[in-house]
Amino acid sequence: MIITQQKDIEEIYDMIKSYSKILIVGCDGCCQPPRSINEAKVLAQMLELKARSEGKELKWKAITVLRQCDDRIAATTVRPFIEHYDAIVSLSCGLGVVMMNKVFENILTYPAQNSLFGGAENNAENYFAEYCETCGECLLGVTGGVCPMAGCAKNLSNGPCGGTVGGKCEVGGYTHDCAWVKIWDRLRKFNRLDLFNKYRPPRNYRKWSSPRFAEINKTYTNEEETMEEEK
Amino acid sequence: MTKRPAYSNLVKTMREGKFLFTGELEPRKMTDLSSILHSAEKMKKTGKITAANVTDGPQGDAYTCSMVPSYLVQEKVGLEAIWQMTVRDRNRIALFGDILGGAILGLKNLLALTGDHSALGDNKNARPVYDLDSTQLIDLVSKMVDDGTDLEGNEIEGDKIEINVGCAANPNSNPRGPEILKVGRKVRLGADFIQTQTAFDIDDAKDFLKELEQFNVPVLLGLFPLKNYGIASYFDEYIPGVSVPKDLLSALKKAKKEYKEDKKKRNEVIDKINIEFFEPFIMEIKKTTKAAGIHCMAVHYERLFEPLLKNF
Repeated sequence: MIITQQKDIEEIYDMIKSYSKILIVGCDGCCQPPRSINEAKVLAQMLELKARSEGKELKWKAITVLRQCDDRIAATTVRPFIEHYDAIVSLSCGLGVVMMNKVFENILTYPAQNSLFGGAENNAENYFAEYCETCGECLLGVTGGVCPMAGCAKNLSNGPCGGTVGGKCEVGGYTHDCAWVKIWDRLRKFNRLDLFNKYRPPRNYRKWSSPRFAEINKTYTNEEETMEEEK
Repeated sequence: MTKRPAYSNLVKTMREGKFLFTGELEPRKMTDLSSILHSAEKMKKTGKITAANVTDGPQGDAYTCSMVPSYLVQEKVGLEAIWQMTVRDRNRIALFGDILGGAILGLKNLLALTGDHSALGDNKNARPVYDLDSTQLIDLVSKMVDDGTDLEGNEIEGDKIEINVGCAANPNSNPRGPEILKVGRKVRLGADFIQTQTAFDIDDAKDFLKELEQFNVPVLLGLFPLKNYGIASYFDEYIPGVSVPKDLLSALKKAKKEYKEDKKKRNEVIDKINIEFFEPFIMEIKKTTKAAGIHCMAVHYERLFEPLLKNF
């Protein structure tokens, strides 16, 4: 999931206050917490109230898209509406906002969210943690499925550092788990401390430096094939 | 791997098997290093301190770099420096460049550290670097010293680099398992010596030293004499995993209270408290363990060295 947090209403309003008609577009994709039609409507109403408090009238329509980051889906879903509006406000992650601006070149799409990280809910409601930094060199196979890039404040490849106490990290006042102690725990459980013990040489940060591009051959599944295969 | 030659006096002395002491100097936000040099002078005068660590932005604070004070301590005072280098603020290119610079300046010991996270320091919004980790920094130093190249194998021109590299180990680590594996990995990568974080519990310290024996590398056990009650309680509360013994804390508190007005007397009492705690501690370590010596982190508290070390 892409964890997003809504910007302050003042900041969003500031971006769109020169417009009188806006299209507010939710995203049913991977945003967490959900940023769908209901959230789009609530944001629209808040912006309308904000405009009214400043003596202005704001017309709006709220819709939602299956995934804003899919250019074909975004194009077919949103295109019928845009001619009636001056600007678009997107509730998607940054990726959705970029794609909307790419697909609809003649109208500006503004972000209503700050995209925080790739993560999921972490043992408690409304509490999210980062689990993948899309670093380009996945280490999960040697770290017992715990990511040291997303989970370690220092992105250490050969941790833990001296800033861990009782399995907790110095960053955040010893409230968050030390990823490397978790890795050690996991590997010990599966009798794979040989993996922990291995030296991991310096990383290739070209794989983790923006802008990133990738040429990957898409492979398509034959529809007649069964979804499961066993050997 | 074969043992690297002892390039520094520190490593030479360790290998001779002489029980030794190192001190610690902490350059802060300053352009005038006279207080650092003065502290180094005091350490040298005792005749008991083999080398002094020079810190690199401890607690993540933005301080004067460690390279220049390391050089000046060697050049002006004649005390060998243990140049601390963290991977927090510099990528592999800057680390490489600094190590070359330090080698040109004649620095002989480098202590490879991760560094306290910048979020703990006084410029909290800084972008932490951590391009390499401390293990990879040891790998870099080994390649520079043993192979004469950078990490990519590109050759360095000129004289051979003669630096010994050390790593840290934490006797307060909990759990200890990953810490021991990690130290072992650093030794495999080329660490010539180990300096530990501060210990207050003699049994824990001895256990830890015993566990480190398997790596067959000289270990200096870290001790932190407590200059006043404020430092002691700060240490107790904020330094990861460290708890100052209750008796020591209350004795320091009492000294603070009883001699509030009389600084001279207060200092005498505090020195006595420290000597009574640490002298037998050091004696026990010297007698019963294979530690190469003590890393005495008496920062801004050099007056203690003379009376504390007089029997060693």
